[in-house]
Amino acid sequence: MNWKKWFLLLTFVFVFSIFLTACGSGDDDATENTDGENGAGEEQDTDEQDADKQDADEQVLSINIKSEPPSLHPGTSTDTTSSAVLDQVFEGLTRVNQEGNPEPAMADEIDISNDGLIYTFKIREDAKWTNGDPVTAGDFEYAWKWVLDPENADTDYAYQLYPIKGAEDAKENEGSLDDVGITVEDDHTLVVELEQPTDYFLELTAFHTYYPVNESVVEGNDKWALDVSEDYVSNGPFKLVSWDHKDKIVIEKNEDYWDADTVKLETINMQMIDDEATALQMYENGELDWVGDPIDKIPLAAIPAMKDSGELHISDRAGLYYYTLNHDDELFANKNIRKAFALSINRQGIVENISKGEQKPAMALVPPSMFPESETGYFKDNDVELAKEHLAKGLEELGLDKLPKVKLSYNTDEEHAAIAQAIQDMWKKNLEVDVELNNEEWNVYLDSLSEGNYQIGRIGWIADFNDAINFLELFETVGGNNYTNWESKDYQELLKASRGELDSDKRMEILKEAEELYMEELPIAPVYFYTFVYAYKDHVKGIEVSPVGSFQLKWGYIEVE
Amino acid sequence: MVKYVFKRIGYIVISLFFIVTITFFLMRLAPGGPFASERKLPPKIEEQMNEIYGLNDPIHVQYIDYLTRVAKWDFGPSFKYVGQSVNDIIGRSFPYSLILGLEAIFLALAVGVLLGVVAAIYHNKFGDYMAMVIAVLGISVPSFILATILQYVFALKLQLFPIAKFDSFAHSILPGIALAATPLAFIARLMRSSMLDVLNSDYIKTAKAKGLTKRVTIYRHGIRNAILPVVSYLGPLVVTILTGSFIIEKIFAIPGLGNEFVESVTNRDYTVIMGTTVFFSVLLLVSILIVDIIYSFIDPRIKLTRKEGDQ
Repeated sequence: MNWKKWFLLLTFVFVFSIFLTACGSGDDDATENTDGENGAGEEQDTDEQDADKQDADEQVLSINIKSEPPSLHPGTSTDTTSSAVLDQVFEGLTRVNQEGNPEPAMADEIDISNDGLIYTFKIREDAKWTNGDPVTAGDFEYAWKWVLDPENADTDYAYQLYPIKGAEDAKENEGSLDDVGITVEDDHTLVVELEQPTDYFLELTAFHTYYPVNESVVEGNDKWALDVSEDYVSNGPFKLVSWDHKDKIVIEKNEDYWDADTVKLETINMQMIDDEATALQMYENGELDWVGDPIDKIPLAAIPAMKDSGELHISDRAGLYYYTLNHDDELFANKNIRKAFALSINRQGIVENISKGEQKPAMALVPPSMFPESETGYFKDNDVELAKEHLAKGLEELGLDKLPKVKLSYNTDEEHAAIAQAIQDMWKKNLEVDVELNNEEWNVYLDSLSEGNYQIGRIGWIADFNDAINFLELFETVGGNNYTNWESKDYQELLKASRGELDSDKRMEILKEAEELYMEELPIAPVYFYTFVYAYKDHVKGIEVSPVGSFQLKWGYIEVE
Repeated sequence: MVKYVFKRIGYIVISLFFIVTITFFLMRLAPGGPFASERKLPPKIEEQMNEIYGLNDPIHVQYIDYLTRVAKWDFGPSFKYVGQSVNDIIGRSFPYSLILGLEAIFLALAVGVLLGVVAAIYHNKFGDYMAMVIAVLGISVPSFILATILQYVFALKLQLFPIAKFDSFAHSILPGIALAATPLAFIARLMRSSMLDVLNSDYIKTAKAKGLTKRVTIYRHGIRNAILPVVSYLGPLVVTILTGSFIIEKIFAIPGLGNEFVESVTNRDYTVIMGTTVFFSVLLLVSILIVDIIYSFIDPRIKLTRKEGDQ
């Protein structure tokens, strides 16, 4: 009859034995779990003391990378979380510096031929892998060709390599990898031949798809990038020390890095905290040194208070938030109707009252970081008068008395919904049109857009590198990321001309002309240019967020009082 | 008994088959795919990826392939986390959810039963009102609100516990409480009403008349009989805890399986969706079986094998 007591006792023992084993195993596989152990018995005060002590004698930075990086293999990674880690542990031929420009990194000498087609990179003699091997031109060739090999799965970002001659053919049209314009002249000389002159090629070589991998370690070992092991060999300012999946990544300074004297941070803790509010609380509590963009986000509700207290930093981001208009739709095939809709949006109001991150009202396509003139744009914000004129003209052309009901679609999200409601109201007031709101789950939404199953749809575009072609190219042909179903011969001609132009200034003029043409046609209704919104502790110095969102910790340091 | 258990296991296998089938086809009916993203892939590359991951095969071939793999307990590679297998993902996340879940169940049971008993003994007195106010609060405040409040008060303001993460026992207390609150309140109410029932029954009167002390009456005769409904609630409780944990895991940044389960659907990470679904189903079916078996031990009036004996 005493079995019940036994049962209770058993439950007790079971529960606590699990705790004990859990704590025990934590010590085993995490190389440095000291913070965790402090937290165990003692209270938060000790943690804070710890933090103070660390500031004094150690260069430790704690940031939040939000989620598990899907891939820490430079060739298969496609997202910002992964690149936030990869940018610190790997290094390409160039690296984006604090001013946002590419500077020589693994290559110490870069020679560009007069026609802009041949790039010769001299790789530093003192460039080393973390296992001591020298970084060679062959490592770059191997890494790039691995990505271009159609046999290799998950190489989604291969198209980043397409400016290289023969790359697209090798990946998509059964061309030979040997015909790709990558030549290793000797261990320290890499010659790259391009398809056509590419003004921004040195920005590309700083991108993670262009990172090298150590051929001798990686060859025949497709699991090398799955965990921290002696096979995880990198060449950047930091090296990967521990990777607790979905939990935390720790990187430490790489003493063998060629520019190790510049690197001051000793340890960087990268926490994976998905919940924005939780991350903010940890920041306020001193457990994180950085919160918000480019990897995490500050909750919308917390922005006004943080702005008032002066701790918020806001910087430009090369990205556009816009409504794409479907040209297969009878209504939006009409240019005047499109203009009427685009002109009657009060962007300033949206930016001030809804998104609140000092975003810039967009009356242009290319962000101000590429075209400074875009600050003012091609038309006046909230120009209701002109909108009404265009509306009258458009209705006449279509033979309508009144606008029919239109449908505005967006993917489920607090901010998108609020903006859509505001715009619904503006259009109702200014154009007397009934707007039906339609929100869909992200994947479903992307499907609807691709199938052209929408009238007006919310979307955004963030540049990979700081060049106007990034935005203009988007609408070159129908399909891909151009959901508008709009294309124009003249526009295509202009983009083509820009590609052949070697003179930077002239090229900019041509691109500018293309933007003008685009804004005259107005296949989309631009809303605002994104900004980065973030906060960091006063002792954090030397970390800049570039407009394209590369997060360079190489130059960061903790100021010791 | 053994026969009963085998029969139940048979049912479990059949239920699993239906779960796998239904999930598989529902999942494939949902729009979008694992490679959809804001930044569209060149069509040829997407085609190559589909080919490599076997998404180009006819659906029935994929289905049969999948069934055979599930039978071998191999859920395949994740689409989103390059190179990681679903088995690895489950293996590394489940311990967190398990510890959190067990702690919550333990808390809910211990405190819930205590509150219920106190409320019943001090029926319509201060103790009763106090316990029931706690219970009503526990039921009506959603766990994610409670979690945020706990975080703010006990971690940020009072600095008693860490805000988030799951590195030590101290880290597990706040999420444990947040997750336990609702079932705790439910158990307290359940316990109170069944305890009141028992306390009014004849054998308690007999015990009192015999001159047994209040303590002995309540412990030996009261709680023992009153706890039965709570035990039968254990099965559904496991379900509540497992499916309810994802939001707590998100708020406290715990790398558990609940979070993975929900995220995989948003990502259309087919293999992870299937893997976690099958895993949770097995867990739930087995835990319900275990509760049924325990129940037969506790309550002599329930005989699992009697049915067979009668027929």
